[in-house]
Amino acid sequence: MIKEDKSKDEILSITGCNVAVRNANLTIREGEIYVIMGLSGSGKSTLLRCINRLITPTEGKIFVDHEEITKMNNKELLNIRRKEFAMVFQHFGLLPHRSIISNVAFGLELQGISKEEREKKALEIIELVDLKGYENQKVSELSGGMQQRVGLARGLANNPEVLLMDEAFSALDPLIRAQMQDELLLLQEKMKKTIVFITHDLEEAIKLGDKIAIMKDGEIVQIGTPEEIITNPANDYVEAFVENVDRSKITTASSIMFPKPKVARLTKDGPSITLKIMRDSGTNILPVVRTNRTFLGFIHLKDVIDLKNNGINSIESAIKESVMCVSPDSVIQDMLPLLSKTNHIIPVVNESNHLVGVVSPTSLIAETTGKNKGEINNIIQKAIDL
Amino acid sequence: MILGEYIEEAINWLTENFSGVFDAINSFMSGLIGGIEMFWMKTPFYIVIALFTGIAYWKAGKSNAIITLLGLSYIYAAGFWDETMQTLSLVLASAIIALAIGIPLGIWSAKNHTVNKISRPILDFMQTMPAFVYLIPAVLFFGLGTVPGAFATIIFAMPPVVRLTTLGILQVPKDIVEATTAFGATPKQLLFKVQIPLAMPTILAGVNQTIMMALSMVVIASMIGAKGLGEIVLQGISQLRIGLGFESGLAVVLLAIILDRITQNIGKK
Repeated sequence: MIKEDKSKDEILSITGCNVAVRNANLTIREGEIYVIMGLSGSGKSTLLRCINRLITPTEGKIFVDHEEITKMNNKELLNIRRKEFAMVFQHFGLLPHRSIISNVAFGLELQGISKEEREKKALEIIELVDLKGYENQKVSELSGGMQQRVGLARGLANNPEVLLMDEAFSALDPLIRAQMQDELLLLQEKMKKTIVFITHDLEEAIKLGDKIAIMKDGEIVQIGTPEEIITNPANDYVEAFVENVDRSKITTASSIMFPKPKVARLTKDGPSITLKIMRDSGTNILPVVRTNRTFLGFIHLKDVIDLKNNGINSIESAIKESVMCVSPDSVIQDMLPLLSKTNHIIPVVNESNHLVGVVSPTSLIAETTGKNKGEINNIIQKAIDL
Repeated sequence: MILGEYIEEAINWLTENFSGVFDAINSFMSGLIGGIEMFWMKTPFYIVIALFTGIAYWKAGKSNAIITLLGLSYIYAAGFWDETMQTLSLVLASAIIALAIGIPLGIWSAKNHTVNKISRPILDFMQTMPAFVYLIPAVLFFGLGTVPGAFATIIFAMPPVVRLTTLGILQVPKDIVEATTAFGATPKQLLFKVQIPLAMPTILAGVNQTIMMALSMVVIASMIGAKGLGEIVLQGISQLRIGLGFESGLAVVLLAIILDRITQNIGKK
């Protein structure tokens, strides 16, 4: 019936069976965090469970490293679950009657690894997730956040190729959750695992995901990088999600900066030329760069005039060093605090300290408030008039 | 009426055709009960009292140890020691067999929906049928004596442990079972490393219930010649000696309290 292209509701009314997942085609590359996002009932958890065949799909194929999971017999399945996959659960799924260390070593225990060896391995992982000293405690003695660290540690102890995380942080309170997300990203930098992460929270998806697939009613409605999803939602459904996202956590400096700004070049441009550039572009401040666009600092109109009046030929002495540089990947949320320290443009430099653009305070505020720049300028003008 | 005739036919057919089987069961059970009885009877009473008091102290705390000490001392002083040991042996033998059948059966019905569906009405039947009724086929199969008493006791006492084992295993949180499976556990590993340990408190509650029910049944079983405290109670009834009936009844109550306190706490710690 799925092949006849009947809708989910139609199939439900005819057969009484709910279609959990359909037409889900995705390619997950090694070493990336692939987020599958959707509301409850969208089939995201079912899809995840198809990957390690906790649920066997009625149709379709799943490959891991060219091995077809969907064709495996019980023994092969057992083996791949032990060696290739590890799973982290929303409600942790830890064994309450066991200590932390034996929970972490559980996957290894199932593989029949000796107690000594598995506990040694478990201790390493416990240290990695910052739970050292708790190894002999019972699970129930730990807070939710710590329990999920144990869940994560249990997953990592197997040294799996693929980590399946099913709403792993959804049951944690917001602060702990953000902390766990950061730690996961840190760990991922070291480990380079392939992670499939399920969430219902778009902000989490954007923060963690290299790629995001958005699901609705069992179907995938859009696949893309976080930036693609935000800037180019595939349909109304995705757009409705994106609207509620705190843009200040996603919009990067590179997307709001003014690229290739007018600059004064040290050694090439003397005070007179600098003055002319300022006059032409109608500004009283210019970034100063070397000829290879290495960023040096800012120069102010009144200092240039002083230089000129004193007959000095180089602008070097008037450069005001600016420590407040941001990188193209900085998000608005990180740039906002700089506004309290400067009312000038903020330089955007890349990793080799080359100036790639500038962000004006006006556009920064415009992005966060959603007002256009004209309105902002009016507000600022009024404030000055007062 | 007709149903009754069929049942009679069936029982007769069983006794005629399977007498060999029943004889084998008979000798096995009388051996088991005899062995246990031998142990309790040969051991001097003060050592038995010390043993029980010690176990009670270890598992159930000081106050229960005192109850045990006083209770067993009363039983000895009242002159029911041998009968009490006979009753205890019958309870233990019946409970061991009931648990040996009941726990695996409970696990099986937790794992298999069909088994669960079939076993449920049978358990209902076993539990609600008036206990005296079991005495009749028991006598037909095994004659009079202690073994038919044990047989009736096993049937009567088994249901709680089956039910509670099933319940305990089904109550293991789904996400823990799923997590265990996701890490590549075989069904056997799942059962022994996760399901049984997590179900243990419930299973032990079932063990406790089974022992209690076995104790209540062994008194009734005296009607078909099972030895022990039940005999004295019966004697009290038939001879209308209220004092004897009360004294021996109290011994049963004390034995029940002691067994209950100890088995209730056996899982803790």
